[in-house]
Formats: sequence, structure tokens, C-alpha cells
Amino acid sequence: MSEPAVDAEEVRHVADLARVTLSEDEVDAFAEQFSEVLGYFEALEDVPEVESEPELVNVMREDEVEESLSQEAALANADESEDGFFKGPRVS
Amino acid sequence: MSHNAFITETDIAGDESGVLDGRTVAVKDNISTEGVRTTCGSEMLSDYVPPYDATVVSRLKDAGATIVGKANMDEFGMGTTTETSAFGPVTNPVDDDRVPGGSSGGSAAAVAAGDADLALGSDTGGSIRCPAAYCGVVGIKPTYGLVSRYGLVAYANSLEQIGPIANTVADAAELLSVIAGPDENDGTTRKAGADADYASAATGDVEGLTIGVPTQLVGGRERAGDDPAEGGETRAGADEAVVEVFEDALDEYRDAGAEIVEVSLPSVEYAVAAYYVIAMSEASSNLARFDGVRYGTSGGYDGNWNEAFSDAREEGFGDEVKRRVLLGTYALSAGYHDKYYKQAQEARAWVKQDFDEAFETVDVLASPTMPMLPPELGESLDDPLQMYLADANTVPVNLANLPAISVPAGESDGLPVGLQLVGPAFGEETIIRAGSLLA
Repeated sequence: MSEPAVDAEEVRHVADLARVTLSEDEVDAFAEQFSEVLGYFEALEDVPEVESEPELVNVMREDEVEESLSQEAALANADESEDGFFKGPRVS
Repeated sequence: MSHNAFITETDIAGDESGVLDGRTVAVKDNISTEGVRTTCGSEMLSDYVPPYDATVVSRLKDAGATIVGKANMDEFGMGTTTETSAFGPVTNPVDDDRVPGGSSGGSAAAVAAGDADLALGSDTGGSIRCPAAYCGVVGIKPTYGLVSRYGLVAYANSLEQIGPIANTVADAAELLSVIAGPDENDGTTRKAGADADYASAATGDVEGLTIGVPTQLVGGRERAGDDPAEGGETRAGADEAVVEVFEDALDEYRDAGAEIVEVSLPSVEYAVAAYYVIAMSEASSNLARFDGVRYGTSGGYDGNWNEAFSDAREEGFGDEVKRRVLLGTYALSAGYHDKYYKQAQEARAWVKQDFDEAFETVDVLASPTMPMLPPELGESLDDPLQMYLADANTVPVNLANLPAISVPAGESDGLPVGLQLVGPAFGEETIIRAGSLLA
């Protein structure tokens, strides 16, 4: 089986979904590398189905108010804040 | 301090006295330290100062340890050489022209160079064991759920564990005792192993131990690069130089009374592909939090949220991080989820089952930690797939959530070779006992 060809358009589409702007050089380099890596991942098609029953337990506790970070500490790493809120770019 | 092993040097003395009194510890820079910047080796977090300590850091302080620095690492734990750090590569104290391994390369180099007695790393697909092997020190990847991940900046939650690096197995085991145990801040921790005294398991006595050697993790490397889709092998075996040292180490075990048997783990041929699909998928979700608003570099870009966010991430993330976030997004996107992610989960279940069956007949499994000697700086960066293949022997352990140790097995051309010992879930005492024969 040949490697799946990933074209520049597809890389730009995924970068858009992932919210990462790419330069033209990056788009070209990634298209080539992604073809190779995704081609390697295709080996997974040969993996048989396995019976497995994961042991799952509920680890949730009752929702109680506990000590937490102060508002000041929570905002300390934000570039911009206003009146105790994070301040971000406009949404649209 | 040397080898660019630290991103930030500190001198945080423990508040109380305890078993680590007077011992110095290097802490990987993806583990949160209150008031001390924690960068994850990324430009994105170059100014990030956590407002709280990770659970493991609180436990270090309670045990009287002195934290001497935040150790350099591959950006967000993504790499096998510590060359993807935004703060420059770490060099290997054994040979300055070579990489220390990754992604906990700074942690291992700090211990190997004598700049710290002990170190904490994190292991998502081998990131403690690889640098331990390349730097000639000991590293333990604990069973998933033994050590709290609270305060560890997440890369791939279902795979990663914090673990110790040290010069001897006994020292690594002592540090493990300090950090292990349940934590109400991390719902994935388990009660098993909470009160264990791992250091006393380092007896060096391997009499009567049965060691299984998975043929798939040792075999000849001439199969490397074959296309699996054309019926070739899906992974490379180990280099001859590495296999020679490994075989000599097995002889030491035989001489000390252990029994060596061959075992077959057919699923591990698919482990690298499964590991990277799962790790990249989890990374694409985890790293979505770095938006430059709550934390992270904003760059002050104009435009709407998506544009400003995308530009900040273009500037803040390095190549390998972008590569994995994009490939993870691809693997989870509509039309590809079943082909990649679902199949990777099937492979993960198969790997677990293979290991379970092997541990019905053997006590531990042994293989070379890394299939090659430490490469020279710059040698492996341009070919991502080749870099991923280097993790063939370590990633099955993370997929199966098992404990493993890397101990120095000897040298080839003056370069260290690591022996990996894998145990059943919460079988840390067994791998510590087995590893302590060599270090």
C-alpha cells in the first residue's frame, strides 16, 4: 500500500481546526512528513479485535466547596485582566 | 551547573526533616513549583509561574529534600533527545557531542553530572527510561496510578507518570517511596503500594527469578524501515552493539541464579503506531488550553479570538509540538477517527493482554531500554518517523500502564547501554529487586 498523500490544503485545514497558524514553508514540510507518519500508522489496520472489559470505578466525590486559589492567584499569569476577569480577544 | 541541564536554578529547602534531608533534587520543568517558573521547555510558558506545588513537590519538601533546579526537557515532553527545548539542547555528560535522551534529558544529565543527587522526570512513552539509559543512570517509570499527576502539565494523561532518576536503584527506590501513594487531587491514583518501602527491595538478590526476553524487542535491526503494509516488520530491532551488552547482562543474571526464558509479544510490533496516535490525540486536546488568555504568551495580536489564538500558538509552539498537535487533530477528525484512534485503542488492549499472559509464566521482562546508542546532537531531528521508532521498546509499557526500570547494563564504545526490566502492575518491588543486581 502506498503512503497516503497529504496535500497542502489538508494540512492547512487541520492547522485551522487545531488553531495553529502555519507559514508556507511549514505547510510544505508537514505535508511530506504527515504522509510518511500516517502511512506508518496504517499498520494499525492489521490489529485484531481484542475482548477487553476495562475495570471502571466512579471516583467522583460529592460536590462540596473547598479551599481553592484566590482570584488574584488565578489571574496572576494572564496577560490581561479587568475587574477580576480574564480579558481575551473578541469572539467574532 | 553544566550541560544546560537546568532551565531555572533554585534553592528551595524542605520545610521539614525527613528521609531526604540533605539530598538535592532536580525537578523536570513540567512539574509545577509554587513561585518558581515552570516552562515545559516552551516559549509558550516562558513566563508562567504556578500558584501551587505539584503533589510530588509537596512530598519532596515534606521529606526534607532541597530542590536545586527545574530541569531542561523536550518541549511539553515531546521528543527523545531533549533537542526540542526552547531553551536549547542538553548535552550528555558522558559525551558532550551526544544527546542525553529525552524528554527528561535535563533530569538525567543533572544526576549523571553530579549537579543533583536525585531527579524527578515524567514518562509518557519512555521519557524517564530513555535518558536514564543514555546517561548511564537509573530511572523508574511507575505503574499508572501509583504517583499523583496533580501539578504535572498534561501531555497525554492516560499514559504519563512522574518517576525518579538516581545513580543507584536503591536511591531511585527511596525517592519513589517518598512520591508514591494516593492523592485526593488526582482521581487516577490508586491505593495499591501506598505504604511500600521500595528501597529495602533493592537487595541485589535475583536467585530464583524468572526473566522473560521478548524476542520482538531484541532481534536484528536489518529489518528497519521495511514497509509493514507490504508484509515487512513494523519496527526495528536493536543495534548489534546494544544487543551484545544486553546479552552480557543476561549472563550476569544467569550467574546470579535467575532463569532466562524467551517469550513472544506479537502485539508490540504495533505499539509505536498505537502509542503515537493516542499520545498525539491526547496532546491535541490538552494543549488547546494554551490560548494566551489565561496563561501562555498572547503576543498581543489583533483580530478575533480564533485569529489571535492561532497566531499566539504559531509563535509559542516549536516544530515538534505543532507536528503532534496537528497529527492528533488529524487522527481525531471526522472520517479518520475509526481508522486511527479506534484502531490504536484496540492495539492498546491487545498489548495489555499480551503482557498479562507473559506475566503468568515470568516475574519480569527484560530488553534493551533503547535500541541504539545515544545519537550525536542534531542527528535525528529532521526525520520525525525515525525519532518515533526509537521508542519501540519503551512505549508498550505505557500502553499497558505497567512499571519499568532502566538500569545501566554496561558500555559500548564508552557509551552507556540501558537494560529495561518490566513488571506486572504494582510490581515495583520486583523490578527494583531485579534491577539492583546491576546498580
